[in-house]
Formats: sequence, C-alpha cells, structure tokens
Amino acid sequence: MPEKIMIEKKVLSENDILAQELRKKFQEHSVFVINLVSSPGSGKTSLLEKTIGQLNDKLNIALVAGDVQTENDANRLIKAGGKMVRPIVTGGSCHLDASMILKSIEQFDLAKIDLFVIENVGNLVCPSSYDLGEDMKIVLISTTEGDDKPLKYPGMFRRSSVMIVNKTDLLGFSDFELHTVKENAKKINGQLKVFELSCRTGDGLPKWFDWLVEQVAFKKSDNW
Amino acid sequence: MHELSIASSIVNTVIQEVKTRNIKSVSKIGLKIGALTDIVPDSLQFGFAAITKNTELAQTKLLIEIIRVKGYCKKCQTNFEVMEFIFICPNCQSNDINMNQGNELEIAYIEADE
Ligand SMILES: Nc1nc2c(ncn2[C@@H]2O[C@H](COP(=O)(O)OP(=O)(O)O)[C@@H](O)[C@H]2O)c(=O)[nH]1
Ligand SMILES: [Mg+2]
Ligand SMILES: [Zn+2]
Repeated sequence: MPEKIMIEKKVLSENDILAQELRKKFQEHSVFVINLVSSPGSGKTSLLEKTIGQLNDKLNIALVAGDVQTENDANRLIKAGGKMVRPIVTGGSCHLDASMILKSIEQFDLAKIDLFVIENVGNLVCPSSYDLGEDMKIVLISTTEGDDKPLKYPGMFRRSSVMIVNKTDLLGFSDFELHTVKENAKKINGQLKVFELSCRTGDGLPKWFDWLVEQVAFKKSDNW
Repeated sequence: MHELSIASSIVNTVIQEVKTRNIKSVSKIGLKIGALTDIVPDSLQFGFAAITKNTELAQTKLLIEIIRVKGYCKKCQTNFEVMEFIFICPNCQSNDINMNQGNELEIAYIEADE
C-alpha cells in the first residue's frame, strides 16, 4: 500500500535559513541592505557607479556584483571609487542565493559598513524567489524596455519596495510612456515607491541619493 | 532557468526525508506552487526529470498544485481573489492590499512505498 506522508516544507527553506542568518548579522551592525534587480542592460551598474561617486564621502558602501561569467561590473564599481567591492561569478546560475552572499561578506567588516548593495544577476524572474537577507528589493527598468514589463513580471514587481525608471533621457525615442509604466506597476504593487532618473544626464539622481541617505539613517535609528 | 535549481532543492529535501523515514521508494511528490512565484510547471517537470534520470527518483512523479493569488484589502477588510495579478480591491478600489496566498513554493507531501 502506498502511504501519503505530509511534509509541508518550503522548497527553499535552506536558502531562507541562511537569509535569516544574514539578516541578523546585518541587523546587529545596522547595515542597510538593498538587492538591486533588473533585466540585463537596464543600468544597475551605471546607477551604482553614480551612487558611489556621490555618496562615497558620506557613507561606507560595500557592494557585491553578481554576474554569470565575468567580473566586469565589479571592476567598473572599483574604478568608480568603490572601496569595498566583491564580484560573485555564479558560473551559469541565473540568480544569487543566500549562501553566495554569506561567503562574500566573510571578507567585510560589517561594523564598518553603512550601506550594502547587492547587484543581482540581470534577470527579472529567477532572483525573485531567493531571499538574500536584504531590507528591500529594488527593481530597475529602463525606458528602452516595454512599459508593460510590470505586468509581465508581476512576481518581481510585487516583491520589490521601490521601482527605478532609468534612461529618462531616451523618452520619446520609443513608445514607452512614463505614466503607463507607473500605472502598470501600481496595479501589481500599490505601495511601490518610484524614482525616475537618467544615469546619463544625472536628471533625478539627487532625489535617489537623498532617499538612500535617509534610509541608511533610518536603519541606524531606534525607529527601525 | 531557475527551475533546475528549484528541482534540485526538491530532490535534496525528498532524499533527506527518504533517509530519515526509512522509505523504500517514492512514487509521487506533491508540490504547492503559488501563481506569483513565476515558476513554469513544464520547465520544473523537465528539470526534475533531467536531474533524477538514473537515480532512485527516476520513476517518481511530480504533482503540481497551483495556488491562486488571494488578497486582503487593508482599507475595507475585503478578502478577494486576485485576477491577473491586479492587486486592486474589487470593493473599494484601494491598492493597499496584503497577499494571503500565491507565494507558496512547498513540498506538501510524498507518496511512499514502505
Ligand atoms: N542613454 C542612457 N544610457 C544609459 C543610462 N544608464 C545606463 N545606460 C547605458 O546602458 C548600458 C547598460 O548599462 P549597465 O549599467 O551596464 O546595465 P546593467 O546590466 O543593468 O548593469 C550601458 O551602455 C550604459 O551606458 C541612461 O540613463 N541613459
Ligand atoms: Mg551590471
Ligand atoms: Zn477595499
């Protein structure tokens, strides 16, 4: 006789346990942690280059850059002035998982970090299932993509707290409409905070910098 | 294709259960997968078949139950089914919605031969 055995266990419970461990470590040192996700080429590395350039004197920023094959992004971030940068080459895997982040922070002294940024592998599907111990996921989309992207990747837009619309300098060169992408995103996630900016011209970047500094301060405060 | 890594997590968990419970063979694995997890059942089946080939789970079937997305309106307390991932309250049109189900990614049960 076959017997039905109830298991009721999360498939990614191992990753979740490691993510909780990470979250605890970050919490102990009040490190604000973001997990930056997007399709390939939306401008994650560009945004981080700008962010380092502007905030390096104000904040101690550590970054890990995930990539399937190369360390190019990490090298760009170092070139931009990043003092604590580590590449994570996934060797084919389409997402980062918590064990990779745990390994990468061995080399960092968390007590000396205010902001920890994870540039995830360029992909809007796979990274959404893997908790990395972050405080928030931030999803980036550029105006050269479709403004229906939130509807096509609802999982990622639902799980993100912030949406950044990049490459606003290219608005008008395609059918991409700012108000449409925002409307679509709010259907999936009404609480999503939105930034519109251009890493090329610098338009809209100050708001992003100010918000980031605010979040880092908030994490250190008793109100967190 | 993260269905492959999901499949291997499933295999690892099931093999562990087989060991600790002293099970001879597993005929079925029952999965609950939320509609918002972006997991494609066909790809998962494919990945599972690929990695279990020539192993003790080669004959094991994956039974996937898709869990629909349900929401709860924080403004007017309405519970509702979220259609096409639009998180807007059908009663009051608020977009301040908690998600009650649809995020699941779990092994519900296994069917075993003693
Ligand atoms: N026109 C324009 N190009 C941009 C902007 N931001 C990034 N890019 C370009 O988009 C390409 C991909 O950017 P990158 O930061 O590598 O994207 P990632 O793959 O998400 O890290 C690069 O050629 C950038 O120069 C922008 O605001 N406007
Ligand atoms: Mg990059
Ligand atoms: Zn309502």
